[in-house]
Amino acid sequence: MSRLDEIRELTRVRVLGFIREPEAIFWVFVFPIVLAAVLGFAFRSGGIAPTKIAVVIGEGSDRLVEAFKVDEHLEVVLYESRDEAMSKLRKAAVDGVVEPDDPPKLTFDPVRAEAETARLRVLRALALAIPGAEDPPIDLDELTETGSRYVDFLFPGLIGMNLMGTGMWGIGFAIADVRRRKFLKRLLVTPMRRSSFFLSFMLSRLVFLLMELVMLAGFGVWVLGVPFRGDPLSFVLVCLLGALVFAGLGILVAARVKTIEGVSGLMNLVMVPMWLFSGVFFSYERFPEALHPVLRLLPLTGLNDALRAVMLDGESIFSLGPEVAVMLGWCVVSFAVALRIFKWE
Amino acid sequence: MKEVSHSIENTVEQGDAAVQVRGLVKRYGELTAVDGIDFEVKRGTCLGVLGPNGAGKTTTIEILEGLKTPDEGMVRILGQSWDDDPRAIQERIGVQLQETDFQDKLKVFEMLRLFRSFYSKGADLNDIIELIGLTEKRNAFVKDLSGGQRQRLSVGCALLNNPEMLFLDEPTTGLDPQARRRVWEVIDTFKAEGGTVLLTTHYMEEAERLADDLLILDHGRVIARGSPASIIATLEAESVVSFSIASDGEASLSDEELQALDGVQSLRHEGNGIVLSVTQTQSVIAGLFELVKIRGLQVDNLHTHRPTLEDVFVSLTGKHLRDE
Repeated sequence: MSRLDEIRELTRVRVLGFIREPEAIFWVFVFPIVLAAVLGFAFRSGGIAPTKIAVVIGEGSDRLVEAFKVDEHLEVVLYESRDEAMSKLRKAAVDGVVEPDDPPKLTFDPVRAEAETARLRVLRALALAIPGAEDPPIDLDELTETGSRYVDFLFPGLIGMNLMGTGMWGIGFAIADVRRRKFLKRLLVTPMRRSSFFLSFMLSRLVFLLMELVMLAGFGVWVLGVPFRGDPLSFVLVCLLGALVFAGLGILVAARVKTIEGVSGLMNLVMVPMWLFSGVFFSYERFPEALHPVLRLLPLTGLNDALRAVMLDGESIFSLGPEVAVMLGWCVVSFAVALRIFKWE
Repeated sequence: MKEVSHSIENTVEQGDAAVQVRGLVKRYGELTAVDGIDFEVKRGTCLGVLGPNGAGKTTTIEILEGLKTPDEGMVRILGQSWDDDPRAIQERIGVQLQETDFQDKLKVFEMLRLFRSFYSKGADLNDIIELIGLTEKRNAFVKDLSGGQRQRLSVGCALLNNPEMLFLDEPTTGLDPQARRRVWEVIDTFKAEGGTVLLTTHYMEEAERLADDLLILDHGRVIARGSPASIIATLEAESVVSFSIASDGEASLSDEELQALDGVQSLRHEGNGIVLSVTQTQSVIAGLFELVKIRGLQVDNLHTHRPTLEDVFVSLTGKHLRDE
């Protein structure tokens, strides 16, 4: 039997072990889709929702607020600065931003269904406020930033979270399990090459990774209408790199632990902070600015930022230097440390 | 340490020994688990390593399997050292470890196919499945096997490379007698084809049935060695007589009185009973009844049996092999 036979058999065993575990199938394939569906539909705007308009405080903003009172469906929120208001628009907290210039300027996001309603309501309110003016004086500006629905923001984050979860659990948990069963020890008394053992984990992950990505991305694009502007190759490369990072961290977490409880605890210790700080459900930019450079060093932040850049902004992986560097760095460090401290017995 | 092992090595003739062990020492902190053990296993024979829990059996066998490194001493497996080319040894030996939990979600033939893939050459899967008597369970999940079937699968995984030498660490612990015999049959077949076996056990019956030679360990040291018959012969007893004395009052028999009986070689207490190693069974029992009659006592639970390894072990250590 050759080296390849050994790797093939070890990989086959990993794959079989996985697909015969119904819970694992649920967590890897069904759970992220359910989560995306629930959140996606929950944040899809309803038909008769009021329009929320951000007004930037400045000279003339009082008159605008007065004018908007004409329409009961126009909800006004006041902001001190333009930046603040625009950031709300990007995160879909408001449907349009009005600045009190002469003429006033309305910014909206044309890809959003709510945008047209917002534009019409603002125009009508201004027309009513200025008697006789059929076309009220106003500048219209289209937000060029894409993906401002919450689900558009959320979806790449869910892919990142899924890559992290399946990598860590799929590899870390499986290694801790074979060690606990003393199966690892049994392998050690055979001439099995240790590299084949690790390789089999990576390869079995690769098999499922491709299926996960096709299912998740397909669901996002076809069902939720999430934009997919980047090239598929960049998307796949970013995902592969992400999977590799979390494979390394999975091996690292499982390098020494002997029990399932031990590995679960360590796993959560690593993953829970990243669910919160790496911009899965909401942007990490909501944390104080001083923290941003630190948060960008987290592996999941790098992956999520890269996924959003590719999916929403249509960037290529080659323009994502910092994100790719962060992920490569984690890869190198986690594999180097994990293989060094790995306890075979 | 290196130098010592080399000088010893040079004095050892290669001969036909499958395993050679000289001055083996393994310490865990304060505890010396293996305390200077020497032995050899001749090709085509089976060596049984006996001893109670904690005697150093598993540590010894795991050093031989290459899982642990000894602190001192020399080990050669099939003429090779673990320091030279571990994979070359691994290709030639088969190992069954204590308490390996084989993955549940795999089928019998899948598990065997996995292990077969690690070896450059070896047996046909179907031959092994037949040998271990799992033909009908070929497609069964490992988790659905009985304890005995799982143990035979474990031995099967150790036979896939047609090994010259088999290491078995308590291969039948926890099995019922029927399941135990079926594991023995697999080992018998391997032996019949000229294979060398080293097994640890704390079952006397297993040692007597499978082993050509025995090594009895206690506290990391060899306390007896030789064929089962020669070890039993060291007791120099014809039989072992055990009994208890039913007494309602103060009256009893003293150890001195019993030892004075003609033919009693040694005496020990076990629970409420007394166990005598005797050279002349008939005269001891006659003497015992006479004593009892004079004192107005009664003998209960009188048994006699031919001396076993267990008796040797107890006489050497004062302990039973299995402490249940």
